[in-house]
Amino acid sequence: MKLLRAWLVGIPAYLWSGWGAMASLLMLVALWEWGSQVFGALVLPAPVEALRTLAELIASGAAWPELAATARRALTGYAASIIAGSVLGLIAGLSVTASMTSRPIVTVLMGTPPIAWLVLALLWFGAGDATPVFTVFIACFPLVFLGAMQGARTLDNQLRDMAVVFGVPRRMMLTDVYLPHVISYLLPAWTAALGMSWKIAVMAELLSTSDGVGAALAVSRSHLDSAATMAWITAVMTLLLGVEYLLLEPLKREVERWRDQVAT
Amino acid sequence: MSMLEVRTVTQRYGVSEVLRDIDLQVRAGESVALVGPSGCGKTTLLNLCAGLLPPTTGGINSGFERTACVFQQPRLLPWKSALDNIALGLKALGTPAGERARHARELALRMGLAGDDLDKYPHQLSGGMQSRIALARAFAVAPDLLLLDEPFSALDIGLKAELHALLLEYATTRRTAVLMVTHDLMEAVRLSQRILLMSAPEHAPGRIVWQVEFDRPFARRDDAWVYHNTAQLLATAQVRHAFSLAPVASPDTGGLYRAA
Repeated sequence: MKLLRAWLVGIPAYLWSGWGAMASLLMLVALWEWGSQVFGALVLPAPVEALRTLAELIASGAAWPELAATARRALTGYAASIIAGSVLGLIAGLSVTASMTSRPIVTVLMGTPPIAWLVLALLWFGAGDATPVFTVFIACFPLVFLGAMQGARTLDNQLRDMAVVFGVPRRMMLTDVYLPHVISYLLPAWTAALGMSWKIAVMAELLSTSDGVGAALAVSRSHLDSAATMAWITAVMTLLLGVEYLLLEPLKREVERWRDQVAT
Repeated sequence: MSMLEVRTVTQRYGVSEVLRDIDLQVRAGESVALVGPSGCGKTTLLNLCAGLLPPTTGGINSGFERTACVFQQPRLLPWKSALDNIALGLKALGTPAGERARHARELALRMGLAGDDLDKYPHQLSGGMQSRIALARAFAVAPDLLLLDEPFSALDIGLKAELHALLLEYATTRRTAVLMVTHDLMEAVRLSQRILLMSAPEHAPGRIVWQVEFDRPFARRDDAWVYHNTAQLLATAQVRHAFSLAPVASPDTGGLYRAA
């Protein structure tokens, strides 16, 4: 509750501080514009063109169902991976044996190309939601697992001893001593996994489903419709930026307020 | 009567023995200092007394109700404000939030922390402030036994004197027993009624080799008295031997040359 209030109160100041980010994004758009003038509209349509196509897609109502389908798959796989990855990673981190055993496995999982998982998932689950959700899950899981394991491995024994001497009960040990430390490892992993989940979801849809942004991209590719392609990409990027900068980043700032002055 | 009792404790890590046949007692209200060179097992002994590790052989009995510890490093939780760090022990005891904040604030102000420092995080405060907070955290739970592991060793002499005064005032008014580890002889002379000398010559396990008592009340221990007694300690053969100092032969301690 306190966190929610701090989040809401912090939004105006936070948005104001976002001008810098806005400026750098606009520079990217300028580069895009320049590219479209050099290479022509067929290769790279102008930003205005892409935005107009996107506006049409939204106005006609065609955009929302596709975006919702992609979001549903990406976020389901994402949620599953952060829950499983965090819990298992923390458990593995608490035991030296478990972390030594799991590290090579996780490295293999990390190194396996997502497209390979997608092919397997197609064989196992066929076309449908399960394939992109599974691919997202399996691609994000090792990332979160490693972060959680690292967090648990670096717990400070000196602080633990101090807490033991002061008779800190088990539950408070978790909330006041262990979690704040672990969260600072988990949050960056969660953020990285979020970006990953959208990419993988779109890629999986391109090959496995008949709806969602990935499927829409497949259609625009077959029509050689580069404006629509850029429109879909812009839409997904906007959603990703929205979730990351409106939800995760403020949360991270609030939770890690105690670190603030270290950086500056 | 409450008392801390360590009976013939021997401590091993794997095959290496770090403490052998340690016997010591700390009675209610008594202040005892453990001095000795680095690596003689002082900190291990203190950890044993704090219950952080079980002794390999021998027994440790504490009849004290509440033990608090101040460590060599402040060991503050970096994600908690100074005030919440002071109140940590109270929170562990289940004191309601309002009451523990009030109590911690009161204690902090009395210990020379400024009101606006209390909302800051540890990394925003100086080392001296952090030590003060660690001391306040220990005082906050009203312990009847305080275990101190060189808590003042990193402070300048002014700060040290100030924190010494705070400790003496607190411990004497509340009759808190103190067991402190230090390698600063002057600190030991100033703050304790009994000094136990530990020694671990050439990687042998640490043991208590000698002890001395001071009856003079803390209030009457002025600087001259402290300097004089520290100098005497330094001239004692056992002390010189334990700290690997070369023996001295001065007119009034001439006999000690042979003892060393």
